[in-house]
Amino acid sequence: MTAAAISKVSGRDADFGAAPIALMLLVPITIVNLIGFVLPVANLAILSVSEVRSSGAMTGGWSMAKWLLVATDPFYWELLWNSVRTSLVITALTLAVSYPIALYLHRSTGLWRNALLVMVISPLLLSAVVRTYGWIAILSDQGLVNQGLMALGASEPVRLMFNLTGVTIGLTEILMPYMIVALLAGLGRLDPRVEEAAATLGAPPWRVFVRIVLPLSLPGIALGSLLTFVLAISSFITPKLLGGGRVFLLATEVYDQAMVTLDWPLAATLSIIVLLVFGVALALYGRILRSIG
Amino acid sequence: MDERPISPILKILAAVGFLFLLAPVLIVVPLSFSGEVFMAFPPESWSLRWYAAIAENEKMLAAFLFSLKLATAVTAVNLFVAVPAAYALVRLAPRGGDAMMGFFTAPLLLPSIVLGLAMLIVFSRAGLLATPQGMFVAHLVVTLPYTLRVIATALSTLPIAVEEAAATLGASPVTVFRRVTLPMMVPGMIAAGSLSFLVSFDEVVLSLFMSGPRLSTLPVEMYNHVENRADPLVAAVSVLLVVFTLVAVVVVDRSLGLAKTFVR
Repeated sequence: MTAAAISKVSGRDADFGAAPIALMLLVPITIVNLIGFVLPVANLAILSVSEVRSSGAMTGGWSMAKWLLVATDPFYWELLWNSVRTSLVITALTLAVSYPIALYLHRSTGLWRNALLVMVISPLLLSAVVRTYGWIAILSDQGLVNQGLMALGASEPVRLMFNLTGVTIGLTEILMPYMIVALLAGLGRLDPRVEEAAATLGAPPWRVFVRIVLPLSLPGIALGSLLTFVLAISSFITPKLLGGGRVFLLATEVYDQAMVTLDWPLAATLSIIVLLVFGVALALYGRILRSIG
Repeated sequence: MDERPISPILKILAAVGFLFLLAPVLIVVPLSFSGEVFMAFPPESWSLRWYAAIAENEKMLAAFLFSLKLATAVTAVNLFVAVPAAYALVRLAPRGGDAMMGFFTAPLLLPSIVLGLAMLIVFSRAGLLATPQGMFVAHLVVTLPYTLRVIATALSTLPIAVEEAAATLGASPVTVFRRVTLPMMVPGMIAAGSLSFLVSFDEVVLSLFMSGPRLSTLPVEMYNHVENRADPLVAAVSVLLVVFTLVAVVVVDRSLGLAKTFVR
């Protein structure tokens, strides 16, 4: 009796009651996921290869028209290349600014560490609109940087907004928390005693860093870079607001085709391309992870 | 290990990094007290006019109220759906539980621009575009993965011994859940609830796709405002949002711990 009761709570044994109950408890979440996730995404994939009348209605036939358009128009190739290159630059910058923060957080303790963690994670939960707005206040012609430069005697403002520079700066900052959290999780594997041993044996700090800290944090770097790249290539709020309609990236094009031009099949095709880039990034990540063991 | 000195170079680099990270959040605070008509920094005069302007902006107020209602409804339904699911996955450990967890958290992996477009197309056919119902479903889909994961994490770290003891003493599974498991899950539920409230309240991409001229959320209204006008109004709204976010982060930290929730 008691053994059966325990197994019912812990579910460690394959007892009779648990499986149907578990399935029942999972019904609501399954319904939400099927209606709100599986159905729309499947429909999106189908739409990108469907024949569509000019009214927007599907004829029921298949068509590769949008894929052909995207493959033959150099505009879309340039769009893809711009997006990938910009996202790579943003990833490298984010890693460079985030690494010292993560290492510092890893080494700090107690209340101070917790306060710093709040400062890292709060921006993550703050709307991208707010943070992009903050960047407008810093980078615009009447913003903090340019007003400062003018006060120092500059004759005209430096263009930091409505171009790729602004978008890169803004997105780098917006994606930092993801990178820091990934790095921090990776640094968790680092046993401080190994560092201490190296230092005790006479290794200078930079060598401890290059030979021990850096190699051990590689998995965190890989994960953080994957996350940042993937988020950079798919974000459009910041490119829209800081780019001011003058920066064309894959994600902003998806949005414009969907909401302005109302060419949903083309938007669907472009968004599938975003997913394909995701797939490539994920595959690369897997290979890198295997090679660093 | 507690007393390990941190090199001054690392301290400086980390300080610069933190300054960069917090710069856009820090700048909206003084900007919100600007007395100017246009956005300029530093402002030449100071006032509370932009806070007063929020109260006079009917669209912003309506969007704020809708966001509040939406986030509340989304959070409540989230807990009703996620608590049983987390219990089933963690405690009843059905075969293929890991795969199911992957499936249920998959909406998080999909870029929101793709998910937003996918929902736009399906919801427009169902006549759900720019309706509270459509907005609700969209928000439910993206908040559930957070709620499920946080509650599952909280549940898996709870000592199972107490539940086993109650069962050994003759409590039925339902009683064990109601009297033992559920009360122990309260901190996890508070953390998950605040998180889903915040994610829903701040969500902008899906909301942009789902909104219409007569229905928008606060972040969508802010986005539209920033796109069309450069005045300090959004700074004042932002300050309120920052305070709001900080409160929620502290609640998550107090109830479950930030490190446990975000750094796994």
